[in-house]
Amino acid sequence: MNETLGSYVEIANSDDIEQLNLSFSPSSLPLKQRWRNNGLSADFLGDYVTTFFPKDDSDPETSMRQAEIKGSVAYIANEVLENAMKYAYDNNDSMISISVFLLKDKIIFNGTNDVVKDQFEQLSKTANELLENDTNELFIQRMEENALSDTSAGLGLLTMINDYDANIAWKYTSTSNDVVNVTTQVTIKI
Amino acid sequence: MKSINDENYTVTLDEANSVININGILRLSGNAEYQPIIDLLNELLESKSETLTINVEKLDFLNSSGIAMLSKFMISARSRENTSIVINGSNQIPWQAKSLKNLQRLLPSLELNFN
Repeated sequence: MNETLGSYVEIANSDDIEQLNLSFSPSSLPLKQRWRNNGLSADFLGDYVTTFFPKDDSDPETSMRQAEIKGSVAYIANEVLENAMKYAYDNNDSMISISVFLLKDKIIFNGTNDVVKDQFEQLSKTANELLENDTNELFIQRMEENALSDTSAGLGLLTMINDYDANIAWKYTSTSNDVVNVTTQVTIKI
Repeated sequence: MKSINDENYTVTLDEANSVININGILRLSGNAEYQPIIDLLNELLESKSETLTINVEKLDFLNSSGIAMLSKFMISARSRENTSIVINGSNQIPWQAKSLKNLQRLLPSLELNFN
């Protein structure tokens, strides 16, 4: 199996694109102890991109724009990492990674991790739901369900689509009979 | 006053004024970790006051699990008649303008103030 869902953009290594890649080994430290690192990594990525959106003190618009991009990158990177850490199959040596690509008019985030088959079924169900439904309605529906049963699956993705105008796509590759390598791709316009 | 203090955030419930202040950076991992804050929010909801205020003016970051927590509060607040729910936010903090307005879809009477 090697397929994509949504409008997935393949970024070739040869492309001359500003990018940052962070990788984590799921087996080196339990999830609970590394949770805080999601925030640290996300803030780092948010700070890093501000270099490319310099502030001009005489133009308050530039300062607002910088704060906005920093906030968006930190929010999305954190959500992508939280999802990767939450759902990753942690019983093997495959890495969890996040890559951020800075293009002229957009920023692309690729979050990659392995998942087991059952988890994959759930994930592809969520992915199809997000692609086929009105995501604003879906948000309300999820929140109503969450109030009754504490299930907020897919909420991070929904907030990215609704609040950050993000486009989300997925790429799946089977690595064995039971394990699927998943890349969640989030794209925001800048 | 009741409060929760962590390295990254503080939450203070001011019972006398029916205000909860949530400050800092909140990126906890789901409902179980948010429970102590949910408990304080529920306590606020028990208050007899006509106006309950959630102050997030100094809340720099909130992850989607935290947004779920606030959403749940709004849904619970619907059953409180004759009570106004107010959120005080900051327009200097980008996530707030993007995400807080969704709470009004869950509780149309919610008053959102950005300072």
